[in-house]
This record gives sequence, structure tokens and C-alpha cells, in this order.
Amino acid sequence: MTDQEILAGLGEIVEEIAGVPADEVTPNKSFVDDLDIDSLSMVEIAVAAQDKFGVEIPDDQLKDLTTVQDVVNFVAKNAGDSA
Amino acid sequence: MTSFTSFPPAAGARIISLGGYQPANVVTNDDLAARVDTSDEWIRSRVGIISRRYAAPDETVADMAVVAGGKALAGSGLSPADIDLVIVATCSTEVPIPNVSAMVAYRLGIVSPGAYDLNAACAGFCYALANASDAVRAGTARHVLVIGAERMTSWIDPYDRSTCIIFADGAGAAVVGPVADGEPPGIGPVVWGSAGDMADKIAIPNRRSYMYQEGQAVFRWATTAMHPIAAQACERAGVAVSDLSAFVPHQANLRIIQAIARRLGVPRERLADDIVRSGNTSSASVPLALARMAERGDLKAGSPALLLGFGAGLCYAAQVITVP
Repeated sequence: MTDQEILAGLGEIVEEIAGVPADEVTPNKSFVDDLDIDSLSMVEIAVAAQDKFGVEIPDDQLKDLTTVQDVVNFVAKNAGDSA
Repeated sequence: MTSFTSFPPAAGARIISLGGYQPANVVTNDDLAARVDTSDEWIRSRVGIISRRYAAPDETVADMAVVAGGKALAGSGLSPADIDLVIVATCSTEVPIPNVSAMVAYRLGIVSPGAYDLNAACAGFCYALANASDAVRAGTARHVLVIGAERMTSWIDPYDRSTCIIFADGAGAAVVGPVADGEPPGIGPVVWGSAGDMADKIAIPNRRSYMYQEGQAVFRWATTAMHPIAAQACERAGVAVSDLSAFVPHQANLRIIQAIARRLGVPRERLADDIVRSGNTSSASVPLALARMAERGDLKAGSPALLLGFGAGLCYAAQVITVP
């Protein structure tokens, strides 16, 4: 999976769960400050990301993933580990 | 040898009637925002509650159970003497001894039934309903009064904004009896279980403390582990999810139940959302939602509805019922 593919998949997830248009989900955006996504939606996004990418994002790590790029990096790194 | 059973075993059990009770005191989000650092907007967006009911200072779990149970009994057309077993699902009694079910039965004029309290927290009503169904099918009881009653405010810190906005008080009840000869069961097979490794996620740590919950962990568990249980209950009952007239999950948090419904494939208009005006009443929430939907004419008699309870323990249970 390339970063672009992860970003596109993440955009779809965010759009479905939080109603934020996928094209607004760009790398430098903060989930909380820019996309207005709360902690419960972040859990839903993490769960959907697990279904889509096969990468588990535990709650204790989720809190450190503040930007879109953070999640893309986390998925890319851990998808690589399990492959 | 004498018989093990008091009654002829039944081919199946069904819910005959429902009853609900809510305390008079309506507590709005603005009322809570005057006490703790929160807001109407925050509560609506995070948990989906607009208002909830709090019991009066002298109103007990038993008081609320009696009213809801009395309504269900009246609606059943049965007399108190017809009830052989009373089960009260509750996790918020003022004291653990005596149980409330025996005194509730006494106050309703039900003379010397079997009576026990059942604690499976927010899954309690679904557990009790399964027990009632099994008792009727086995012939150890003919008619069972099943009640979920909670006074969560006894155990909630009024200054803890993570819990005081969610939990509330109330009761709901159902009378369970045998199906007529040749009729299919009106209470489907239960799918239940527990996850004791997560016992500390929702707990009252000691007798001097209030209830605590790890919201995010519970949210993740409920939104990932519960839809397969619900789907399994449908499968066991031989009912397609698309044929359900209503999905009545424990009214935990609107966001949780919407996520479960979405993953199960139940459209929004068939999802019970009683939490909006009732809050989270733990084991009372499923029968209370059912009773309030029935009163409003939102339930279609004879149609299949899916019940799902989940909460502290962690415990969970689901079954499909035929709407009375």
C-alpha cells in the first residue's frame, strides 16, 4: 500500500463516519482542530481503518495520532510489519 | 418419581404485554450544565441525549419496578395469582439484601412466586427474558413477570460530567407466558456471553465510590463486538435482518447504537432511539424503550424485533422477539 492509497482509503472512511468530504482529508489536517472530529469518531475511524487496512490502532496509540499524516504513517508502518 | 416440573412444558414462550415507568423529574442538558462543565450541544453530539428522568429522593428501585410491573400485569389480562415467577434485572439497588423481586411481587399481590434479582447490568433484561422463556418452556413456571428497574443516580457522582450526563432512572416490564398450541416461539434463542477480562472497564470500585467507566474502551468494544452477536441472534431465530420491524438495543449512547445498527445493516428508522428522552437506564432501557414504542404505536404487533443488551461485566445477550 502506498501512502496515496492509504490517504484515499482514509478519506473514504472519514467521509462515511464523520460526513467530512474525502477531498478535505489532506495530510496536514488535524482531526480535532481542522476536521472537527471528536474522540468517539476517532475510535470509529480506527475500527474502520482496521477493517480496511488490517492494521489495529489501539486506544493508547490513537490519542497520539493527531493529524491525517500521523494515521497514514501509522498504517504504512504497521501494515509493513505484518506483511 | 414425582415430576420435576409444575406445569406442562411449553413449545415456546412469548411476551404477552409490556409496561414502562419513568420518574416525573425531567432533567435537561441545561440543568446539568448549570452544575458541571458541559453544554447542551456537547451532550447531544457525543451521547445523543436531550433529557432524562431522575427518581425522586425517596423513590426506590422497587417503587419503579412495581409501577412498570403493574402496568405489564394489567395489560396481560392475567391476575396476580397467575404469575409463578418474578425476575427483576437490576444492578443499582440501594442495598443488596433483601432482593427487590420478592417485595415487588408482594406489593403487586403476587402470592409466593419464585423471586430473584438478576445482575447482568445493562444486559440484564435480555438475560432475564431468556431465563423466563426457558422456565416456561421447561414447565417450571407458566407465567413470568420480568422487570428491568434501575436507579442509576444512586451510584452516579452528580459532579462527574462523564457519567452524570448519561445515566438515568426508570423501569420496564414484560409478562411472559406460553405460546398457543401450534404457534412458533415468540422469544427466540438467546445468544449471550461475557468478557470478564474487561471487568474493570465499567465498575463501582468499592462500596464508598461512584460508578466509573472507561468510555473510549467501552465504545470500541460495543461498536466492534456487538453487531456479530446481534446478527447471530437473528440467524438462530431464522429471521433476516431486513425483516426486523425494530432493533431495540440497550440505550447506551446514541452514537454506539447507531454504529451497531449501521454495521448490522438496520436502517435508522427501525432503530429504537429512546435514549434521546430517557437517557441510559441500564437494564431498564430495553423494556422501557419497547413499552414507550408500543404506547406510541411504533411497534407492529406480530412482527419480529431484535433485542440486544450489553454493558458492565462485561456481559451481553441478544434475542429476537415477536412484538406483542
